[in-house]
Amino acid sequence: MKPSDKPTPLWRDTRFLGIFAQIVVLILVGALFGFFANNLATNFRLGFNLGLLFDPHRAASFDISDTVIPFSATDPIYKAILVGLLNSLRVMLSGIILATLLGILVGLGRLSNNWLVKTITLVYVDIFRNTPLLLQLFFWYAGVFLRLPTVENPKNIFNVLLLTNRGIGIVWPGLTLQTGLSILFLIISLIFLTFLYRQNLPFKIIQVIFMLTILIFCLALDWQLPKVNTSTGQITGGLILSPEFTSLLVGLTVYTSAFIAEVVRAGVASVNQGQWEAAKALGLKPHLVMQLVIFPQALRVIIPPLTSEFLNLAKNSSLASATLYKDVYAVAYTIFEKTGRALEMMLVVMVTYLIINLVIALGMNWFNQRVQIKER
Amino acid sequence: MKTYPCPWLLSFAIAASVSACGQPNQNTATSPDSPKVASNSRLATIKSRGKLICGINGEVPGFSFINEKGEYSGLDVDLCRGIAAALFDDPSQVEFRKLSAQERFTALQSGEVDVLSRNTTWTLSRDTSQGLEFAPTTFYDGQGMMVRKDKGITKLADFAGKSVCVLAGTTTEQNLADQMRKVGVKNYSPVASDDVDALYAAYQAGRCEGVSSDRSQLIARRSVLPEPQAHILLKEVMSKEPLGPVVADNDTVWFDVVKWITYALIQGEEFDINSSNVTTFAGTQDPNIKRFLGTEGNLGEDMGLTNDFALRVIKHVGNYGEIYERNLGKPLGLERGLNQLWTKGGLLYSPPFR
Repeated sequence: MKPSDKPTPLWRDTRFLGIFAQIVVLILVGALFGFFANNLATNFRLGFNLGLLFDPHRAASFDISDTVIPFSATDPIYKAILVGLLNSLRVMLSGIILATLLGILVGLGRLSNNWLVKTITLVYVDIFRNTPLLLQLFFWYAGVFLRLPTVENPKNIFNVLLLTNRGIGIVWPGLTLQTGLSILFLIISLIFLTFLYRQNLPFKIIQVIFMLTILIFCLALDWQLPKVNTSTGQITGGLILSPEFTSLLVGLTVYTSAFIAEVVRAGVASVNQGQWEAAKALGLKPHLVMQLVIFPQALRVIIPPLTSEFLNLAKNSSLASATLYKDVYAVAYTIFEKTGRALEMMLVVMVTYLIINLVIALGMNWFNQRVQIKER
Repeated sequence: MKTYPCPWLLSFAIAASVSACGQPNQNTATSPDSPKVASNSRLATIKSRGKLICGINGEVPGFSFINEKGEYSGLDVDLCRGIAAALFDDPSQVEFRKLSAQERFTALQSGEVDVLSRNTTWTLSRDTSQGLEFAPTTFYDGQGMMVRKDKGITKLADFAGKSVCVLAGTTTEQNLADQMRKVGVKNYSPVASDDVDALYAAYQAGRCEGVSSDRSQLIARRSVLPEPQAHILLKEVMSKEPLGPVVADNDTVWFDVVKWITYALIQGEEFDINSSNVTTFAGTQDPNIKRFLGTEGNLGEDMGLTNDFALRVIKHVGNYGEIYERNLGKPLGLERGLNQLWTKGGLLYSPPFR
């Protein structure tokens, strides 16, 4: 008798078992989602209402300091969330820029031939990558920025940097007519320089003119020096960073830069040894080897993991409450406590972070496509 | 084409384990909706569990703080112990949950704690729209402001351009905004935190000129600052802060129990019954005291307790006056003020036990 003549029993029929398992899984997953949906519906019945955000008669009735746009307790609730969102975006954006710069520097330092640079960057990466971020934020806030001198006897470094535990003042161009004029001067000079460049003037001369332009621009800016107003005890002039913002920014930057450094190191190490040798054989100087040959190729490997580091930084910024900074999460939490609307506020915060991260991911994917090898 | 059942069996196993994890959630999620019948009350849950779960602050000396013996002590804590004493004749049958200002109401609504005894201000919106039920006030407080003596700040209006440390997500934060608006100070900067310890650390480091909170809390926290005498409280009182125990809405049985145990503390002081003389009242002829202590009538059993619940409370934790003296009067030197019996010019008043 041939084996195929006997029909396979149902419990050994792989096709049947496959379909059966699929149906069971489908039912279970459906039941799970049904349970969640039911839970949500129960909560909705208690009175889900997003309208309170836009109710003009409901004032936020709490103050927020250190805001990007002016805010007072009489403003409606949605504006409080907007203020928190701008605060979040401020720390995310500056954090991403600073962490990238610092990360690239440290990452290249890890590959240096200099023993001192190599060891220092190794210790840096190992310390900041292997300790929890929350702990680091507590350290930066309570251990560093709150321990700066008090406003009565501030530490003044060459009048350009003022350190107090009330805030950090940095020399900064003020938004005055003078600053506007110097920016105008810079734009006109750059157009003129492009024109000169097109005229095939010697590169050295253009370089000198460019340097001079930048120098004049910098000197012409209306620099404002940070000072302590002794009567009110507040810092005035220049760029003033609150200790809450600064410790969050420094914490996020340092933590993320340690990860970015490893991403950069891996990217550079992934470039074929032959590329180094070929570049050297062409007679390029060491920094040009890196700048023109190695780094552009490393970028293709670096960008995708770098994107997730950016996303992590954006999400980690919600730990702001460790440094008493009012980000969108902290503001939403305060409103939730005031109104008792936990579900709505959590939803708002979730959607906010989702949108921010999708935008970051989209931007980075676009950039990623640009640096990949175009196969024609 | 050949199909392998193995990956499907694996996902089956994963799905099964996930839905198994979901099971206990379902129980806790439905329990706060159900207590409508007496047998479904939280009181029955607590009795069968054998201990009370009480939400406290844990960071305010005099109200709830860890003492040198490593135990929680304070007015709020003694209230929890009082409830446990009434239920189980044993004040130690309490499990304390330390909650932040923002966690507290969710913890109560979701049934994680039975009662919240965590210096919570009784306000209209909390009582009505937030699904809470406030038992009688155990401490009448008002919001104040503490500053360093040498800063030369004497009133709220002096805070123009200065910073104030304040607890986030509390009535304190909102009262401060209201008061600053009232006195016309627009450019003060609040530094808000949801953690009491972090807040006073920031104040201590000189981050803020002032710290605003309930006056009792300021006095209590001042006692643990390195130089208590270097800090003063401004005279201005910014708000009314009636603090008391809170339970979740829609459970009148349990609410009544908490309410009348709290009243028993006050009534005990009014009768001059305290933990040391409570046994001498056994043979009293006063019908009011007899009813209060449960030797006459059926007051306790009618509300689901034993008739001697007030006796148990006073025997184990003392009356309100004793609790106050033990936690606030002696260690912090806090005057009774409004927290005196109505017969002595205060606001504490218990409805009759009959």
